[in-house]
Amino acid sequence: MSITRETVEQAARLARLTVADDDKDRLAGELSAILGFVEQLDEINTDDVEPLTSVVGATARMRKDEVNAGDYPERVLANAPDRVTDFYAVPKVVE
Amino acid sequence: MAQTIKGQTGEWEIVIGLEVHAQVLSESKLFSGASTTFGKAPNHNVALVDAALPGMLPVLNEVCVRQAVRSGLGIKAAINLYSVFDRKNYFYADLPQGYQISQLYHPIVGEGELTIDLEEGESRAIGIERIHLEQDAGKSIHDQDPHRSFIDLNRTGVALMEIVSKPDLRGGDEASAYMTKLRSILRYLGTCDGNMEQGSMRADVNVSVRPMGSTELGTRTETKNVNSVRFIRQAVEYEARRQVELLEGGGQVVQETRLYDPTKGETRSMRSKEEAHDYRYFPDPDLLPLQLDQAFVDAIAADLPELPDEKRARFEASYGLSNYDAGVLVAEKETGDFFEAVAEGRDAKLAANWVMGELFGALNKAGVELSNSPVSADALGGLIEAIGSDTISGRTAKDVFATMFETGKSADTIIDEQGLKQISDEGAIEAALDEIISSNPAQVEKAKENPKLKGWFVGQVMKATGGQANPGVVNKLINEKLG
Amino acid sequence: MSELNRMTIAQARKGMAEGSFSSVELTQSCVNAMDTRADLGAFITPTPDAALEAAAEADKKRAAGDQGPLLGIPLGIKDLFCTEGVQTTAASRILQGFRPTYESTVTSNLLRDGAVFLGKLNLDEFAMGSSNTTSYYGNVVNPWQSSEKPDMQLVPGGSSGGSASAVAARLCLGATGTDTGGSIRQPAAFCGITGLKPTYGRCSRWGVVAFASSLDQAGPMARSVEDCALMLGSMAGYDPMDTTSVDTAVPDYTAELGAGVKGLKIGIPREYRVDGMPEEIEKLWMETADRLRAEGAEIVDISLPHTHAALPAYYIVAPAEASSNLARYDGVRYGFRADAPEGLPEFASLEEMYATTRGEGFGQEVQRRIMIGAYVLSAGFYDAYYNKARQVRTLIAQDFASAFEQVDAILTPTTPSPAFGITEEPTGVEMYMNDVFTVPASMAGIPGISVPVGMSKAGLPLGVQVLGKPFEEVGLLRVAQAVETAADFTATPQLMA
Repeated sequence: MSITRETVEQAARLARLTVADDDKDRLAGELSAILGFVEQLDEINTDDVEPLTSVVGATARMRKDEVNAGDYPERVLANAPDRVTDFYAVPKVVE
Repeated sequence: MAQTIKGQTGEWEIVIGLEVHAQVLSESKLFSGASTTFGKAPNHNVALVDAALPGMLPVLNEVCVRQAVRSGLGIKAAINLYSVFDRKNYFYADLPQGYQISQLYHPIVGEGELTIDLEEGESRAIGIERIHLEQDAGKSIHDQDPHRSFIDLNRTGVALMEIVSKPDLRGGDEASAYMTKLRSILRYLGTCDGNMEQGSMRADVNVSVRPMGSTELGTRTETKNVNSVRFIRQAVEYEARRQVELLEGGGQVVQETRLYDPTKGETRSMRSKEEAHDYRYFPDPDLLPLQLDQAFVDAIAADLPELPDEKRARFEASYGLSNYDAGVLVAEKETGDFFEAVAEGRDAKLAANWVMGELFGALNKAGVELSNSPVSADALGGLIEAIGSDTISGRTAKDVFATMFETGKSADTIIDEQGLKQISDEGAIEAALDEIISSNPAQVEKAKENPKLKGWFVGQVMKATGGQANPGVVNKLINEKLG
Repeated sequence: MSELNRMTIAQARKGMAEGSFSSVELTQSCVNAMDTRADLGAFITPTPDAALEAAAEADKKRAAGDQGPLLGIPLGIKDLFCTEGVQTTAASRILQGFRPTYESTVTSNLLRDGAVFLGKLNLDEFAMGSSNTTSYYGNVVNPWQSSEKPDMQLVPGGSSGGSASAVAARLCLGATGTDTGGSIRQPAAFCGITGLKPTYGRCSRWGVVAFASSLDQAGPMARSVEDCALMLGSMAGYDPMDTTSVDTAVPDYTAELGAGVKGLKIGIPREYRVDGMPEEIEKLWMETADRLRAEGAEIVDISLPHTHAALPAYYIVAPAEASSNLARYDGVRYGFRADAPEGLPEFASLEEMYATTRGEGFGQEVQRRIMIGAYVLSAGFYDAYYNKARQVRTLIAQDFASAFEQVDAILTPTTPSPAFGITEEPTGVEMYMNDVFTVPASMAGIPGISVPVGMSKAGLPLGVQVLGKPFEEVGLLRVAQAVETAADFTATPQLMA
């Protein structure tokens, strides 16, 4: 499948990436090449093959319902680019 | 409101499905050891993984799994021994990971059923599609700064059960009855506190309309995060009317997400430029598939409490309560328990009347929860015993109750202190009556001609005994003597 | 004493235990080496002062009788492991200045056993790359030089290029790496050192910046098989914080070293003979097999029929997971946030802040992979791409499982070429071919180790890869050491400190 400029724009929007106009055609070419490469898989017969969920082959381990984390706002907020008291601050969200 | 709307072109059926988000009762979050306590200072109930710090990993909370299974069993649903957590990818200010961990393809609970109670003792079974576990999001605060929003992640990662009904509901009454019943069951199970004001339960309300008799579903809208039973009804009614008007006016319903505005009683479109969501679900590679043992499920099943439907049937059968009364008493587990404590070894119907009548009335008026009732079940039982043993009359009992509610004293104490003990001794009452008869011959003659005037004698006896004569005995004696 | 930094971990352990030198002396020697070879660009954040303090502490502990397995051993840490209080960047601008308030499980384990950290090593941005040319903090240079083009700077491979270069240049005795599709083994081969990717689930991923969660695995990089065994013994272990880590005991990984390969069956998979592979690689591969045969191993031709499908499947699974794993880098809670547009107090919207921050914060390769990942997961494509790739993973895992019914270990080349010039770097899909031999084991989750066995015509190191059964690293290391002994690889890089 060939990726168009529009598909690049759509993928960039989904991934929240600003892509310069000048780069879109280049990216479309690069992404098409990758997709062309991975589409070799079409030739492999995977009828009745279960998708691999985990190489470990185990199932989920669960933990006890105990409060043993949190109550350390400094550890959580220490690297915040912008904070006000104990809140993270971001540009205004328009609902 | 009816299940249908009469439009200009004919009758329309209202079709509703509810997706209820119920916060799982647990100490810690679904995938982290941070507390789920409500109302903490911002970003205090946040573990490193909740803030999506690099390299942090989720670890599944066993109790949350247990609670989901328990809820599933409570709605007679199939439990899926194999379930998988998926990532739902989207960007939002209060979604730190950039994805929500949820269960799309393999939910933990499959199809079930819930019986809703309608007016006049009717009930109807509503299909439930599934229950899955997922993470709650955080909170954005928009009104503190002109240019910025503030983010609090305290709720981020708290476990939610999303309980999805089939589109089996018709009309606002059924939708609200469903929510009420679901809330009741979850509270019985202890899997959700049902506290709607705090957001512990909220519903996404899917509404569509179709011409009566049509079997195809119309285009639906989804009204998000409706957080009260009343608002659900209002949202359904508003939305159904809006859709009918739209369709009858030649328009089309747009499949979209809407918001309910409780102050206006209206729904409105959430985003004008609604972006097509593409959540790119895939199994979360940080979490292995969840494989439960049948024994794990069986143990939970063996431990299920009596649920409202069963309790209601038992109240009708064992206590001879009406379907309606039994329904009122079982709506909340606490009420049912309270009632049973009052009724135990006493007159059950009298107990039901007192719980639902005087007690509820007084609690309502005082704005007090049953759990904080100044009159305990034991105390109310004492009062009912006093009535049953003719120690006081029903009328006096109301005064005694009022004092009990005010002072917290027991019925016996109040009866003693105020000397309210009823006189049932026939001899004493007869003496008083004879005295009155002999002093009032003219009244006696009139009463013999007109039995309605016997009431005057009742009043006189009561007066003479300070209101403590047993009215039954008084009446009996008057009838004997004045024929 | 001037060449303490050139010792293996095993030698240094012995030397310090015997009191021949202290950890401070050893560490100082590494710190000096780091200064001398700063031009390799191996470190993003060197921490010499902290290292010397830790070394002094280690010496004190030793004096007090402590004999931690890695006590006083100076190591480099790939800058993908979160280290408390020390900047952790994943070689990305988007994490510039990020100082974790926590320590990864693997580095905690190393610290527990007495290791001294020299600093944070360069890598490809978010571990995405095979050449270490995608780091925001500059390229890493391979300390080896081609005899044909001695002036040309060579890539160290990637993504653990800083680790490989630093170990090869003797800046540290060992280093941590992570391997998603070959990120330990390929740079180890390019730099003439030994690198082990353990079984998926053997080392905790907690505190390691995630690239592709179902593939990422930490492992040791060092100058001998024995050193890798020693490091793995500290790094490995069940971690309740990582539910994909496996709850099996950590054995003594040195237990079977020296036991040789007599009586073992070693598989040679025919599908690893790929078109265009240089003859010298094929030759070294076969020579290695011959040497093992000479030591008493039985060499068995085997087939891993889905080998060719591994790389395309990998380039669906890894970007898909990465696109989701990297969604958290949004400028809100840590790391880089782009400046608001000129003259405005704030971005007009959160969306704009996200897109600008991520557009400026991620490099091109990362953006490419994020977009591919978003694309293959998007509505309507999930089954055709992601699910298909997962099915292919099942087939690859089955290939290995049936092969291991016949053989004890599998021998392959590590890479289809020796290190190439930074300016000769292939692009796009061609670049991905670097991982063609390493990716299948990653997809199946099995352990693999690259051991240097010889030189290319141009005098560059070449490695072979030994693959083993899941969680049987003890046996794998035994075979690897037999390969090492037989090859007797003693060459050293030109740019060695």
